[in-house]
Amino acid sequence: MSGPADLTITEASARLSAGDLTAVDLTEAVLSRASLTEAVVHAYLTLDQDGARQAATESDERRAAGQSKGPLDGIPIALKDNMTTAGLETTAGSRILSGYVPPYDATVVERLKSAGAVLTGKTNLDEFAMGSSTENSAYGPTRNPWDPSRVPGGSSGGSAAAVAAGSALGALGSDTGGSIRQPGALTGLVGFKPTYGRVSRYGLIAFASSLDQIGPLTRSVEDAALLYEAIAGPDPRDSTSYPGELEPVRNALEEDIRGLRVGVVTELSVEGIDPAVAAAFGRTVDRLADAGAEIVEVSMPSTRVALSAYYLIAPAECSANLARFDGVRYGLRVDGSTVEDMMAATRAEGFGPEVIRRILLGTYALSAGYFDAFYGQAQRVRTLIIREFAAAYLQADVLVSPTAPTTAFELGAKTQDPLSMYMSDVCTIPVNLSGDPGISVPVGLDEAGLPIGFQVMAPALAEPLLFRAAAAVERAADPVGRPTIEEVPS
Amino acid sequence: MTWEPVIGIEVHVELMTASKMFCGCKVDFTSEPNTNVCPVCLGLPGALPVTNKTAIEWITKIGLALNCTISDVSQFHRKNYFYSDQPKNYQISQFDVPVCHDGWIDVEANGETTRVRINRAHMEEDTGKSIHTGDGGRIHSATGTLLDFNRAGVPLVEIVSEADIRTAVEARAYAQSLRDIVATLGVSDVKLEEGSIRFDANISIRPDSASEFGTKVEIKNMNSFRSLERAIDHEIGRQASVLESGGNIIQETRHWDEEQGVTHGMRSKEGSSDYRYFPEPDLLPISISDEWRAGIAATMPELPAARVARYVDLGLDADTSAVLVGGEMGMWPLFEEAVDAGASPRQVANWLVGETTAWLRREDTSLDESALNGSHLASLAAMVDEGHLSATAAKEVLAAVLDGAGDPESVARDLDLLQISDLGPLEEAVDAAIVANQDQFERLVAGEEKLIGFFVGQVMRSTGGKADPALVTQILRARLS
Repeated sequence: MSGPADLTITEASARLSAGDLTAVDLTEAVLSRASLTEAVVHAYLTLDQDGARQAATESDERRAAGQSKGPLDGIPIALKDNMTTAGLETTAGSRILSGYVPPYDATVVERLKSAGAVLTGKTNLDEFAMGSSTENSAYGPTRNPWDPSRVPGGSSGGSAAAVAAGSALGALGSDTGGSIRQPGALTGLVGFKPTYGRVSRYGLIAFASSLDQIGPLTRSVEDAALLYEAIAGPDPRDSTSYPGELEPVRNALEEDIRGLRVGVVTELSVEGIDPAVAAAFGRTVDRLADAGAEIVEVSMPSTRVALSAYYLIAPAECSANLARFDGVRYGLRVDGSTVEDMMAATRAEGFGPEVIRRILLGTYALSAGYFDAFYGQAQRVRTLIIREFAAAYLQADVLVSPTAPTTAFELGAKTQDPLSMYMSDVCTIPVNLSGDPGISVPVGLDEAGLPIGFQVMAPALAEPLLFRAAAAVERAADPVGRPTIEEVPS
Repeated sequence: MTWEPVIGIEVHVELMTASKMFCGCKVDFTSEPNTNVCPVCLGLPGALPVTNKTAIEWITKIGLALNCTISDVSQFHRKNYFYSDQPKNYQISQFDVPVCHDGWIDVEANGETTRVRINRAHMEEDTGKSIHTGDGGRIHSATGTLLDFNRAGVPLVEIVSEADIRTAVEARAYAQSLRDIVATLGVSDVKLEEGSIRFDANISIRPDSASEFGTKVEIKNMNSFRSLERAIDHEIGRQASVLESGGNIIQETRHWDEEQGVTHGMRSKEGSSDYRYFPEPDLLPISISDEWRAGIAATMPELPAARVARYVDLGLDADTSAVLVGGEMGMWPLFEEAVDAGASPRQVANWLVGETTAWLRREDTSLDESALNGSHLASLAAMVDEGHLSATAAKEVLAAVLDGAGDPESVARDLDLLQISDLGPLEEAVDAAIVANQDQFERLVAGEEKLIGFFVGQVMRSTGGKADPALVTQILRARLS
């Protein structure tokens, strides 16, 4: 089964411009795909059919009046449910925000709206973006459209599954330790985490403020570039937003990779990597060399401890970020005999076990007497990793590794073992700590027919370079195709 | 045994910037509850803070006025604790690198000058307000709590002194000096009773000769300078009696009860609070360049100490100068206006510190609410200088002007207090007095000088007290020669 819902954004945009397709027809195709897949895939927490239809109608009217807002006008895009949407429930996948309707749009939502995008709804996620499989959602897991017995990755698993299944043409996710790139890899999509500060976090429900970054999940590198250019750029409402003008990236896609020094990070590419993933990775690197890239080996020993540093810094920040969910002003409230009892009861009932685990870890890491040994030490490791990246970029223009050590795993396979779940992000975490951009590009399928991702990393703000390399990877890759939707039982 | 008290003061000053510390909401406490709020100051999911540049300029002014070093780069931290009127359950504050540090001010108390060192002045945000409903508005008997977030996120400067203060009187003088300095800078409305400036005191006592500090107790809830002084005196006494009866001081926070004149221990949890400070990841460090600092320094007004010194140079005594410059009255702008218009500094100072202050106390009002302004004082002084008004009559006119009766000229006319200073009528009155009192005039001519007063009295009587006595004397002397 294939139709308008399976087009790339670029293809759909061209057909909308040519008058071969209307935004209403495209949106209906996407909504009808959702009605076919949602019962099993569960990509959405809120499917905003009325809002999407309204936006599509308005888009067609604009186009008819010759006032199209550009390439995203009329394109159905899904939003991870940790981005605030005025008037539309936003839960962050948590019971504690059940029924919460924000009074304002996140900056990225404003920007997508002003680009004319049709926002289809809010996608499922690990609660507060904490997880790598979307099994930590308070509203039930999302399943991988390539194989419903498997996870779509996480935490942006709902966004990834929606784009893979065809219930959106593209989606926004958020990436704190790999939460865009890893689900991108596991669902055969391009997942892009921009440089920290390049996309405004205003309206992104914070998990770990110094690591969180919003980015696109799409079916092609070009689509990722298109969405990125629509949402990125300075925002005075986010003090950590990079104030420099946005450099366009789409014009970098056509440049070939000849002469580019591509550094294979040894520590992220060998140990603990599934053989099929390693094989696809190696094959792609060889093809990049064939295309004229200069391949160099780069050693970054500190990346071995990146995961440990991450699991101190991210929980520390989340322990404060999630303190506001106390039942006083919004969201769930569980009564108690005193205000303190009410807060404690609300939080005990409102948060799931992984969130509670991380709040406890973070609270402990910041406690008097432990701060220096845990949080302080983690920040020193972070500094070390930043220096190691700087040194690596003296040897190579971009760095590459597999995106995730494995392809999509079975639901429940890692839920009893948090550490093995945490290992899913071992390749993606380093650039969250350094703040650099990273992108995952699908490069093939394993023997079970599951997609494999290839990660490209570049120096901070070097998005044009990153996209140049990513486009070359896409050209060098084995075709991944689309999941077979008819096989999804309904 | 005699004890030496050791006192440090923490001051919280709310800045009256147009908007809040980290969002665009108005700073305005006259609005209906929860109307000056937005996603940022309500701590809604996804909202992010943006630093108010004016607040940083204003804390820098405070730091410069307190002789502090201004940090080139300082940083916000999160101070974590759960409280229902704190929207995020952490306060954005500062920890190891405040905007201002290591300053001092000199404080006058009991005729002595003491230098009180300032440890730091840092920037933070205020909390919302809890309004306990039900019996008496007290938390223990409350049946409910209402929350007003209009105050949440208002810029707050915390000024921490070193423990350099030794008496309650000194503590009060320090607090008043700080209030005067902040008022002069024009960055806060510094109203104790409304909480826009708040004082907490850390107090311990130790044997007179000891070098180690005793256990300190923090006291809160003093909402006047008088209650600050009383509370500290009471707490010193309480600690002495505990120690003298063999007890130990517990490190705790105590609440001052103004009505009963005692401090009460507040319910406290086991152990000390752990605020788990860590750098605020949503905000970049604050960099204050030399240029920016110099620009701020160039806008500094004359500070109270310098102003007092200048008034002393104008011929006022130090006490009068201090009263004009400090205090709740805000008298110095009127003083300056009148003196600039040519009035005698002493004359105006006496009217302000004397009659005006007495009148305001009697009427239980403030200078702001009275009708008096600087040009009134200037014209009053001119009328006295030019002999149109006697010193006694001037005081009567002043009271009427304060009361809103109009400008001094029209008041003096309406009250018929203007002196006769035209030569013609006065010469007639003097001649009439001579004719009517020939005997006395001959004795005066013969050298009985004290009779001058007699004739002046006669003329004053015949003119109903409106003659200028100096002029009368002058005319009389002319008749003698």
